[in-house]
Amino acid sequence: MNPLPLVALAGSPNAGKSALFNALTGARQKVGNYPGVTVERHSGRLTLADGRPVELVDLPGAYSLEPNSPDEAVTRDVLLGKQAGERKPDALLIVLDASNLDNHLRFALQLIELGLPTVIALNMVDLARRDGLELDPGKLQEALGVPVIETVAVRRRGVADLQSAIDDMLSAPTCPAEHHAPSDLIRLQRRARELATATVISESPVRRWTHRLDSVLLHPIAGPLILAAILFVMFQAVFAWSQVPVSWIEDGFALLSVGANAVLPAGALRSLVVDGVIGGVGAVVVFLPQILILFLFILLLEGTGYMVRAAFIMDKLMHWAGLSGRSFIPLLSSFACAVPGIMATRTIENPKDRLTTILVAPLMTCSARLPVYTLIIAAFIPNRAVGPGIGLQGLVMFGLYVCGVLGAILAALVIRRTVVRGAGGAFMMELPKYQMPAMKDVAIGLWQRAMIFLKRAGTIILFTTILLWALASFPKAQPGQRQVESSIAGHISNGIYQVVKPIGFNHDISLALLPAMAAREVAISAIGTVYSIDSTDEAAGEKSLADRLRGQWPLPTALAFLAWFVFAPQCISTIAVTRRETNGWKWPLFMVGYLFAVAYIAAGLTYWTAVAAGL
Amino acid sequence: MNAPFHPDSLPLDELKVGARAEIAVIDWATLEHSEACRLRHFGFDEGVTVVPLHLGPFGKDPLAIRVGRMTVAIRRKHAHAVRVVLA
Repeated sequence: MNPLPLVALAGSPNAGKSALFNALTGARQKVGNYPGVTVERHSGRLTLADGRPVELVDLPGAYSLEPNSPDEAVTRDVLLGKQAGERKPDALLIVLDASNLDNHLRFALQLIELGLPTVIALNMVDLARRDGLELDPGKLQEALGVPVIETVAVRRRGVADLQSAIDDMLSAPTCPAEHHAPSDLIRLQRRARELATATVISESPVRRWTHRLDSVLLHPIAGPLILAAILFVMFQAVFAWSQVPVSWIEDGFALLSVGANAVLPAGALRSLVVDGVIGGVGAVVVFLPQILILFLFILLLEGTGYMVRAAFIMDKLMHWAGLSGRSFIPLLSSFACAVPGIMATRTIENPKDRLTTILVAPLMTCSARLPVYTLIIAAFIPNRAVGPGIGLQGLVMFGLYVCGVLGAILAALVIRRTVVRGAGGAFMMELPKYQMPAMKDVAIGLWQRAMIFLKRAGTIILFTTILLWALASFPKAQPGQRQVESSIAGHISNGIYQVVKPIGFNHDISLALLPAMAAREVAISAIGTVYSIDSTDEAAGEKSLADRLRGQWPLPTALAFLAWFVFAPQCISTIAVTRRETNGWKWPLFMVGYLFAVAYIAAGLTYWTAVAAGL
Repeated sequence: MNAPFHPDSLPLDELKVGARAEIAVIDWATLEHSEACRLRHFGFDEGVTVVPLHLGPFGKDPLAIRVGRMTVAIRRKHAHAVRVVLA
């Protein structure tokens, strides 16, 4: 069987390429990786009017065929047919920002020189018109010698025309591609400017929306305040909006437990299903709403164009800490999860800035810490107000986030003066126009995040909870012994206990630390599993985990546990992605080492201080 | 200095916010290859009109500059390599 015709989608950053890709392929997308490089491959299926399928591959945004980053190198290599794991495209779809032709045409001219059948999508014509720019696509089509179709990808406009142009292009006989000669950037740029000037019919000098918004959002005083307010609302929303869906998920898992208890006979199998599988996976899936809310904000901030403004505002401060404004976006994403955060460091061109950002990203309070923080705070911090609208519990939570950020700043400062010394990189970013992102694009992004998270809950977390359940359930305790202490897990945790005893950790925590290496939130399900296995009488089984902890842990231990989780690198996925992104074991091992050391010291200091203060 | 000197030119980072100017010459030698390449990608070239639009809130760095039809953020240090004449 012949493979489907392959059409490559190429364009400069901020041309609306991803929105066009979504508009053409809908939700039928595959996200993979190019072999040997850490660049994501997005592909999808496009159906032509007569039902014939075409494979569309969304190449990383690039300004030219002279790459400045690994992403841009992939774009060049795919287009030249030199990328491993990708066949040479049969045709090319170039996306241009209609209001930035002077710049985007340069790349288009370079791409047309490749000699592949080509169609151009003149995208965001609505924004160009909003800025008072009237264009003549016919003239551009004539000058370039390839079809030019007007589109508004976020509004799904022009998609049908584009599909029929792709159809024509694939049906036309292909001429052999010319040899690709390295083109002269300056010559192309000047030709692009001439063409752009010729394409413009009229330009009325309206005050541009983007400029008006920027004079507020990038105002020297208002700008940082607005950024702080947006971040505040974002973190508030993560907690406030998630409560209702969280209770639905909790109710759902409770129903499942009741059902399983009714169907299964009492014994090992029931214990495995109810305590291990339903209890363990449920404890993690409950955080899906919070993760989705956080990603919703990040996708909206990116889609509207605000994210780059945030980087602009933060650049000077980040530069002072040895990073750059570019690090801001990956670090902000790390509040959701360090894995996509570390992957987002690919856009940082300077290798030292990038490495430092990767090494401190796990200090951002990721959503997997929330289960731990929420449980311990609910159990040990009294729910009382310390000011109007400010609760003590919320304040402690905020303090933990601040600790993470301060830790990251300090770590970056130290790392840039010791292990990653040398001049930092530049901060050069395009400030795209503001626009409303299409809800469908946001929904597709959220869907992909939810699937990644649920797959993790369904595999790694399911596996570790079952394993832990087995280790904690066997061998059975003799009468008078605690099940937790006589099981295999109990013996392993005794070893860990010897190490963490000085910083105030008890047997329960020692037992949770090992499975929590899989993912931080497993600590909670691990403790939950242990207690439900351990609970002998029915009444105790119905007490909430928070109530039980309150009865059994002294306050200094709980506080030390919180401090530990601010720093400890307890996440296999983060370590794995760091290995992949740094191409070796050296940096992930360094990261794990320094973070464990800091976690140990922080937990110890917290414990000793709390004990000394008589808490 | 290797780059040809233009008598009335001033470095881009000394241009006032909102003032239109034309790029006279860019001192490519003071830039790293990748930085020079990115400036080229942004469309920095002799004869192109530039307008500083916004300054970063901390230490007036970086600068948001309109170049052609695009707005880009670059640091003061790099803007210094671009010499402009008021239009």
